[in-house]
Amino acid sequence: MDKLVIAGREFNSRLLVGTGKFASCEIMAEALEKSGAEIVTVALRRVDIENENDDTLRAIDVKKYLLLPNTSGARNAEEAVRLSKLARAATGINWVKLEVTPDPYYLLPDPIETLKAAEILVKDGFIVLPYINADPVLSRRLQDIGTAAVMPLGSPIGSNQGLKTRAALEIIIEQANVPVIVDAGLGLPSHAAEAMEMGADAVLINTAIATANEPGRMATAFKLAVEAGRIAYKAGVAASGRRANASSPLTGFLRDNK
Amino acid sequence: MFSTQKHSGEVSSRDVERALGTPAGSYSPQKLLALISPAAEDYLEKMAQLARQLTLQRFGRTVRLYAPLYLSNYCVNGCAYCGFNKDHQFPRIRLTIDKALAEADIIAKEGFRDLLLVSSEDRQFVSVDYLCELASKLRPKFSSLSVEIYQMTTEEYAKLFAAGIEGVTLYQETYDRETYRKYHHSGPKADYDYRLSAPDSIAHAGMREIGIGVLLGLFDWRLETLALGEHAHYLMKRYWKSRVSFSFPRLRPAKNVDRTQFAFLSDKNLVQMIVALRLCFADAGLVLSTRESAALRDHLIEIGITKVSAGSRTSPGGYSQPRNAVEQFEIDDTRSPAEVAEMIKAHGLEPVWKDWDSAFVKD
Repeated sequence: MDKLVIAGREFNSRLLVGTGKFASCEIMAEALEKSGAEIVTVALRRVDIENENDDTLRAIDVKKYLLLPNTSGARNAEEAVRLSKLARAATGINWVKLEVTPDPYYLLPDPIETLKAAEILVKDGFIVLPYINADPVLSRRLQDIGTAAVMPLGSPIGSNQGLKTRAALEIIIEQANVPVIVDAGLGLPSHAAEAMEMGADAVLINTAIATANEPGRMATAFKLAVEAGRIAYKAGVAASGRRANASSPLTGFLRDNK
Repeated sequence: MFSTQKHSGEVSSRDVERALGTPAGSYSPQKLLALISPAAEDYLEKMAQLARQLTLQRFGRTVRLYAPLYLSNYCVNGCAYCGFNKDHQFPRIRLTIDKALAEADIIAKEGFRDLLLVSSEDRQFVSVDYLCELASKLRPKFSSLSVEIYQMTTEEYAKLFAAGIEGVTLYQETYDRETYRKYHHSGPKADYDYRLSAPDSIAHAGMREIGIGVLLGLFDWRLETLALGEHAHYLMKRYWKSRVSFSFPRLRPAKNVDRTQFAFLSDKNLVQMIVALRLCFADAGLVLSTRESAALRDHLIEIGITKVSAGSRTSPGGYSQPRNAVEQFEIDDTRSPAEVAEMIKAHGLEPVWKDWDSAFVKD
């Protein structure tokens, strides 16, 4: 599989994994291993980022995984920026998955505060991966600011509904100059494969793995689905694209009549 | 508020099935009415399974842990059901900031990072300034601070929020006016309407968590649950940045409290209430204290409860000097925090000590 490149750094896996909702750190560690992921996101609210003996942090081998702190729980730009700086000061990691989710129920991202926070963090030297609704214009605004990727949602986080935002995701992918990582709502390996077939550069999965009966095996399933989807995309999906293809015979007569 | 004219006794099994056919976690008063009805008792196992599934999906395989820290049992209210009632004669205790910090140290050593500060209505001593000072000193040790104390104004709540306190729990006790009057004889708490306005003040102050509940055993639990549902729905619609959670304080025997005058609620009723609220509010925190027995708590974390206390002492100073003072209510689950955490693990769930960071609030 071709490599994923974010902010100049290469990754062999196109599956990012979240660390919440697992029954134990051991089960989480096994799932991470099986997923083949190289980027693992951790909610700053759940861990003691300043404490290297934190159970969750100890279960993540930082030699193997890029630890991607996320600001989940932040209600506004100010909180997200403060949390990001705290994490950087404690770990030296300048990557951040920016989440600003003032609505505590569906955890939908606030576009205005996300843009504000992204601007501050990029200027401050962070590599910013913002979690956003599937909004093509916001996606472009963030890229203009200099975010390293965009992470649009497939459906509300934890909902396992799959790619409900498909039409908007297609536009985001078409227009993107940075990797597009589909972030939330993917409940099945087939959802992940579908996102990859569409041309998403990567997907992030948490709930679907963490709450499966056997998280380790589900992680393997997602790994395979992501790989299959990527290979299919690169192979050129015989798709019902919105643009005409060369296979159309309508103008063939021009050549034939030469 | 929603009319309760069609009492839950008139709900048919068809109504229950219709309610169970709606999307899990969505609310309507008609749905809640159906799910708490006597007719729904036949569907309790199915409801519990749906509630479990939904909780698993929304909260994952986790249960949060917290501990209460009682600061004072001096009180100006005369609530008939409460051990701290001002008319009761017993040696009262107030913790100085230093003593409160010493108690908090014991709690922190047990692993807790989520602390609930509790006090009866003792404004003179447990003042806003006292709470702010205490909060600022507790913040290095605890990632989440909340209070369960007397009602304050929006401005006062805002001061607490600025000091690092992010949640407030305040029960209406009962939504039935007449019952409210009957049990709240005197003191500031006797004003039903003022009490009812508290969650609005809490939300206006920017608090993240608003805990609501009724004292189960004062009035018909089915009607109370309907009122709770409407109250929560109102708060969720209006204050979309605050999370509403429900607690289930069931009236327990307490010293100086006449046991005969209350309608104690059965375990089955409590289970039905919990699963009905879960099926109407997918993301609401459901909180259970050590008032309940170990056996019941072990079951309830399987079907919807998302946060439990452990090793609680319900008298000021109770952690450093157990069994020395009058408690607000008697603890049933007396297991240590470590034992409760082990029990949670044995259920295939992760005990979560930290699910917040004080850095959200301030540097």
